[in-house]
Amino acid sequence: MTITEVPNVAGAIETLESHLHPQPSFDLADHPSPNGREEVWRFTPMRRIAPLLEERANEDREGDPAVAFTLNAPDGVEASTLNRGQAPRGTVLVPGDRPAALADLGCEDALYVRIPANTEVAEPIRLEIEGRDAGRRSNAVHVIVAEPNSKATIVYRHSGSTQQLENIEIDVRDGANLTFVSLQDWADDTLHAAEHTARVGRDATYRHVNVSFGGDVVRMHTNVYYDGPGGSAELFGLYFADAGQHIEHRLFVDHNAPHTKSNIDYRGALQGQDAHAVWIGDVVIRKVAEGIETYESNKNLVLSEGARADSVPNLEIETGEIAGAGHSSTTGRFDDEHLFYLTSRGIDPVEAKRLVVMGFFVDIIRRIGIPDVEERLVAEVERELAASVGAAK
Amino acid sequence: MSLVINDLHVDVLTEDGPKQILKGVNLTINPGEVHAIMGPNGSGKSTLAYAMAGHPKYQMTSGSVTLDGKELNELSVDERARAGLFLAMQYPVEVPGVSVSNFLRTAKTAIDGEAPKVRTWVKEVNQAMGALGLDSSFSGRSLNEGFSGGEKKRAEIVQLQLLNPKYAILDETDSGLDIDALRVVADGVNRYTGQGDRGVLLITHYTRILNYIKPDFVHVYVDGRVVTEGGPELAAKLEETGYDAYIAAARANA
Repeated sequence: MTITEVPNVAGAIETLESHLHPQPSFDLADHPSPNGREEVWRFTPMRRIAPLLEERANEDREGDPAVAFTLNAPDGVEASTLNRGQAPRGTVLVPGDRPAALADLGCEDALYVRIPANTEVAEPIRLEIEGRDAGRRSNAVHVIVAEPNSKATIVYRHSGSTQQLENIEIDVRDGANLTFVSLQDWADDTLHAAEHTARVGRDATYRHVNVSFGGDVVRMHTNVYYDGPGGSAELFGLYFADAGQHIEHRLFVDHNAPHTKSNIDYRGALQGQDAHAVWIGDVVIRKVAEGIETYESNKNLVLSEGARADSVPNLEIETGEIAGAGHSSTTGRFDDEHLFYLTSRGIDPVEAKRLVVMGFFVDIIRRIGIPDVEERLVAEVERELAASVGAAK
Repeated sequence: MSLVINDLHVDVLTEDGPKQILKGVNLTINPGEVHAIMGPNGSGKSTLAYAMAGHPKYQMTSGSVTLDGKELNELSVDERARAGLFLAMQYPVEVPGVSVSNFLRTAKTAIDGEAPKVRTWVKEVNQAMGALGLDSSFSGRSLNEGFSGGEKKRAEIVQLQLLNPKYAILDETDSGLDIDALRVVADGVNRYTGQGDRGVLLITHYTRILNYIKPDFVHVYVDGRVVTEGGPELAAKLEETGYDAYIAAARANA
């Protein structure tokens, strides 16, 4: 294959000669329209996602944007915009697929959120993203920089109907501590393709939490690489796929620096005819990445017939000098025996199912370690379960 | 007021279609009585337990079971439990992610129709677990997950004590228990029956547990039917003779 220098990703990444990782590029010509047979597209319903592969501008109207963004940034956080090619835009994320290249091409002014060095922001930074129309396109690029030794939590909440492309590049500089939560609570007709890429600095701590409940097709890349030793990344995910929904999470952690850590833990529940969840977890351990530690896990809970979960963990190890590496993937069923046991104690069947799914999710929510975020997520899960499984009595 | 089984026929659903297991069972359990059902493997003892509790694989094809006048066949599994029936299972399933404390509170709320009082409930749970030799750390664990066989059986009796049903079916609760665990479990059952107005159907393969839980009546099952009935003395006789004579007689009659 041809190796193209990507100027903005400063030589940090040696090219991976792997079909799993197409060469990143800002040039749309490098990302021809996929036909669905490519390894990275083979799980995706191509016909349904087709509108996201077309080159289209933001379909905003006078006083009526395709998607309304409301940023709520506490004191100490700076927000502005960046044009195409204006640093730090493009320093961390180089589009890895066609939707990401289209998002960049279609977004003139990226949102730029800067958390200044040594600043601790107690209140979460919140961004409400509300789609207005299932037929209209929105191309979004967001640049988040957590400067050295800063600490903050960012919570995104996606809702409504739209066709959204979204690139989020996150620079977690040396010693910074950033938690990024992305809630996909879209209406049933939304198409969403996203690439969230983080560069984790020396001794920095990064947490990414994906919560995907809504949407017709949701396809999210979550990528991490490192900018020095000692960085730690935790990637948590929860998802609930209802009948007809396609929810796809693709994780990629590139251990390109020694003594870095990563932990991926995704859990999903599926219910209904043609509910489809896809989880791909790729972890690469480079030759230089000695002493690293990584673990990835995906658990699916299938609540009914007709639902399908695809789960593929990949671990590519180029050095044997590591502290630990492993992966696991399990798919369990909530079956008649579980239901019988719980209902035989007087618990009605809806409550029994809710109890099991809630337990399955809360287990992971409790590991986030930020009480405010945990409480909100528990409430979101309860709301989703009331809608999809049935309300608690 | 009693638990009445009348000419009960039950099929189990298998991959090859329904198979008849119970072929006409009659039994009345009055409040305050302990009935032991004994029999060799495959006699239909557990089928009786599952069919009464409403497991979907077991179908009542004719006859009836009524609990204080309510026809069980017309009730769902959870409605039977709320009507006052409890089944301590031979193989309790593991339910990952649902903590014991959350499960117990949810079940108690369902049975009583209102949430238990927070202050006294936690104490009650801890006492019940302590009495069964389970330390309080079990509260935070996932229901039955990683429990040993004995711990699962103890946890079933903890539930019996806390949910305090009118009638309890104990399905081979004694199997797989060492003598110390058997005593602890039997003490738990005796505390429950000690209330004086609770009915127990004690299903067992062995006579051992009857040294600790005294039955008022003993019924021997072979091939889906009662072959003999009597008082506690019948258990002592079985201890000596075993089931062989009854099995041979049942075969001859078949």
